[in-house]
Amino acid sequence: MGIIQCNGLTKYYGAVPALKGIDLDIEPGQIVGLLGPNGSGKTTFIKLANGLLTPNGGEIRINGNTPGPATKSIVAYLPDREFLPGYMKVGALMKYYADFFRDFNESKAIEMFRSLGIQPDMTIRSMSKGTREKVQLVLCMSREAQVYLLDEPIGGVDPAARDYILRTIISNYNPRAVVMISTHLISDVESILDDVIFIKEGNIVLHGKADDIRAEKGMSVDALFREVFKC
Amino acid sequence: MEWKFEGGQPIYLQIVDQMSMKIASNAFRPGDRLPSVRDLATDAGVNPNTMQRALGELERRGLVFSERTAGRFVTKEEKVLKELHEKLAETYIADFFERLRKIGMTDQEIREAVTRWSRETGGEENGNHSM
Repeated sequence: MGIIQCNGLTKYYGAVPALKGIDLDIEPGQIVGLLGPNGSGKTTFIKLANGLLTPNGGEIRINGNTPGPATKSIVAYLPDREFLPGYMKVGALMKYYADFFRDFNESKAIEMFRSLGIQPDMTIRSMSKGTREKVQLVLCMSREAQVYLLDEPIGGVDPAARDYILRTIISNYNPRAVVMISTHLISDVESILDDVIFIKEGNIVLHGKADDIRAEKGMSVDALFREVFKC
Repeated sequence: MEWKFEGGQPIYLQIVDQMSMKIASNAFRPGDRLPSVRDLATDAGVNPNTMQRALGELERRGLVFSERTAGRFVTKEEKVLKELHEKLAETYIADFFERLRKIGMTDQEIREAVTRWSRETGGEENGNHSM
């Protein structure tokens, strides 16, 4: 049974549909790309998976449960925006995460922060945007979670930081977990994906193995994306 | 280590090609132990499952072998390595001829140009016969 399952998952914002009845079944042991242009429903999907939104129809289950405390204990979520309070120090944040999440591996976080030259006594406020994003990623990836939901983890950072983030995702790969990355920067993530999901105007228009797509279509996932989502 | 991936071909096959090249050019020597899947994947910036699949294919082709607990090693079998060199050489020559034919050269002209080029750049004396 898939670790992320949805049946007819539907979400409206007022009268505006954001997700129009999505069916999905995602097995663990994969890095999955949730790919679509702005406004296609990527963030809505991830928020539903985290219980930050409730569906208007259908359902989503994580490891068999609807989103709630049980699923939050196994889902590591990286939002698409900054969420850490500016006054907090890195050391305090690690304690915070260790308190909140039983699966938080503090020594892993310490090691990653050390390799990045981020000191425990640094406050979030004192950091550049790129460094803040790295801190958020390290905290998220230091959990031994079963599901990682990364919403635009590489948006708005420079190419070197992008490489670091992608390498971190690869080196933390766990064959029992699933990593879902939402992005519209396809060419940057294409080589690290097992499965790709194209989402367009609230519908899934394609779901397959990245290498199968490349073999069948004779083009990169990025090129196919540009074709499918041509304006 | 430099890795480069292009569109249109499965990444695992591109890894197989680039690993073959590294073996043929002695960047990985016969009998060398390969880094772990995770390290290779991180280095190449690819999915560990994709790297695993590529190594499986290299194993199937006899270029690498695994020893249950010790890891993966580059083959020491000279026959396999010789075949690899021949196959790579053939691929390069085919590509080379195809390009030059495309710009209107006859095979006779290509052969003459190659001989001349090799003489002028001193390739005859310094030729690297291991390819």
